[in-house]
Amino acid sequence: MPVWNEKYETMKREELAQLQLERLQETLIRVYRRVSYYHTLFNKINFDPLDVSTLSDLKKIPYTTKDTLRLAYPYDMFAVPLREVVRIQSTYGTTGQPLIVGYTKNDIGHWTELTARVLSAGGVTEDDIIQICFPYGLFTGGLGFHYGAERIGASVIPSSEADIENQIIIMKDYRTTALTCTPSHAAWLCEVLEEKGVTPAELSLRKGLFGAEPWSESLRKEIEENLAISATDNYGITEIIGPGISFECANKSGLHISEDHFIPEIINPDTGDVLGWGEKGELVITTITKEAYPLIRYRTGDITHLSYEGCSCGRTFVKMKRVFERNDDMIILNGQNMFPLQFEQILTEVIGRTPNYQLIIDKKDNLDKLEIQIEVSGDFFFDEMKKLTKIELQIIKGVKKRFDFIPEVKLVEPKTIKRYLKKQKVIDRRYH
Amino acid sequence: MLTVRSLKSYYESICALKAVSLHIEKGEIVTLIGANGSGKSTLLNSIIGLMPRITGTILFEGKEIQGLSSYTIVKLGIALAPEGRQLFSPMSVLDNLILGTYHYYSFKNRQKLNDKIEWIFELFPLLGKRKKQLAGTLSGGEQQMLSISRALMSEPRLLLLDEPSTGLAPKIIENIFRTLTELKEKTNLTIFLVEQNVNLALDICQRGYVIETGQIILSGEKEELMNNKEILRAYLGKE
Repeated sequence: MPVWNEKYETMKREELAQLQLERLQETLIRVYRRVSYYHTLFNKINFDPLDVSTLSDLKKIPYTTKDTLRLAYPYDMFAVPLREVVRIQSTYGTTGQPLIVGYTKNDIGHWTELTARVLSAGGVTEDDIIQICFPYGLFTGGLGFHYGAERIGASVIPSSEADIENQIIIMKDYRTTALTCTPSHAAWLCEVLEEKGVTPAELSLRKGLFGAEPWSESLRKEIEENLAISATDNYGITEIIGPGISFECANKSGLHISEDHFIPEIINPDTGDVLGWGEKGELVITTITKEAYPLIRYRTGDITHLSYEGCSCGRTFVKMKRVFERNDDMIILNGQNMFPLQFEQILTEVIGRTPNYQLIIDKKDNLDKLEIQIEVSGDFFFDEMKKLTKIELQIIKGVKKRFDFIPEVKLVEPKTIKRYLKKQKVIDRRYH
Repeated sequence: MLTVRSLKSYYESICALKAVSLHIEKGEIVTLIGANGSGKSTLLNSIIGLMPRITGTILFEGKEIQGLSSYTIVKLGIALAPEGRQLFSPMSVLDNLILGTYHYYSFKNRQKLNDKIEWIFELFPLLGKRKKQLAGTLSGGEQQMLSISRALMSEPRLLLLDEPSTGLAPKIIENIFRTLTELKEKTNLTIFLVEQNVNLALDICQRGYVIETGQIILSGEKEELMNNKEILRAYLGKE
């Protein structure tokens, strides 16, 4: 799996640090001059952008959060006049008001370079036929990968959000070799393929690149098995750029962050203290090449840790552990913190594969109650009641063991739980 | 080859360069674009050791050179063709060239010196025709060629050029820059070119930085700088 840009991806750490310093200094000067939020902020804390003479001086600047971006709706965080902006994209707004982001011509050039790196690390070359099943539109996934794939020279099928059965026909007939979409979409594809009796041998798929939401190792193994592909993870968020922040290489031992464009930090989400190497905490990113929408110390809400141990792929970029938790994915039930993927793990262990599920939280008699709804596929449902009851019990046992409370478990028919682009795993009815 | 880190440069109490960072790799032609008074010459003077007070780090081939004397820095392999040429006007072309070898001149080196001078005259034949002529009586273009040649005589691996195009006809500039590009290709000479003439600078360089009131506000590959409408507007008056 070739390194797309050897010059930067295998750059010596000292040279990379110099590059980061230069780009950071420029960025700080630009945001101070052009973005009113940062201008006011820097003045308020008496911070001179030129006070940054080493990368660690970045710590002097307070964090930027999603709320800041929301308050700046629509264009207040833009650092260039709109006539320089050649693209506008936005988030889905799964956790609130959508955010608007912009790109200049150079930003698009950089974004293309970044997604080309992701694809290349995932094994995509000009000989591949790549089907992009991310929606094309305001969401950054579709166009982000499209440009990168074209840059590589692969044959791009922009299948976007076509009907799932259509997507399978395309995959078969057009001889798709590489697939990129969300992991839940890939899981859904696996199910529909199974239903239709289409085996991986009938497909030409070799590689898959999945991201835009957390997904477990066990789901990876399932997808790899069911589609007979190698599956890699990649990470990105709209506010920073979209896909292209970090990516797995063939080693699948962490995601390389493109540090020539982004400076990562890990912080304690409660205290805001910067943590050391290897410590787990919230990922904070500073963009150092973005022109239209630069962000300084943006709190991503994603929990991970960084490792500088080097990688046999030759890339010198720092690696971040796969993201399994988002700070705001966290549910608090009766005072306990938990994450949906933890439940997913229990379900997978009991059932033997990752099902489509939903967590419904409600309050009854002043106590938080959890109902886990699980879709069981056709073959399960017609089986003996005993088997189904056994599964329910095992799940309840698993949850009790892990979290010390008893959930309700409801097994439902296939296709009962509505599928969204980003799996809405949790429905919280407590606060209406 | 050259790494500048958070360089601040002062004239008395005035800070003319504010935390400037940049780097130049061996064999590159990198440009620094900026308007009058933006700090371009101050930066080159800081690198060559002519500024009275600087803080920050300048690394040349891995060695720290900030604070060293200009003589030492030239000896280490950097030469400057300064703003306004600054030739020794009452001296001949030949003498100006010989003075460029100050740091390694000796009678024993005479042959090497002569070979070098012949080489300069191959690069710039016009100068060859005016060996004995007084530098002050040369035309603008010839003076610029002489200034660059004098710098080349010190055998630099990094050549700093301060606004070489000032006051010169486009055809002459084209000629000089073509020669420099060929020289770079043949000898892997690294060039740091400071210019106000944006078109020219962007044409010849691979990568560049933009400086404004002592701060670097932009950097990138040649195409990225060209895409940046702000530079175009500020320096070329385009829309």
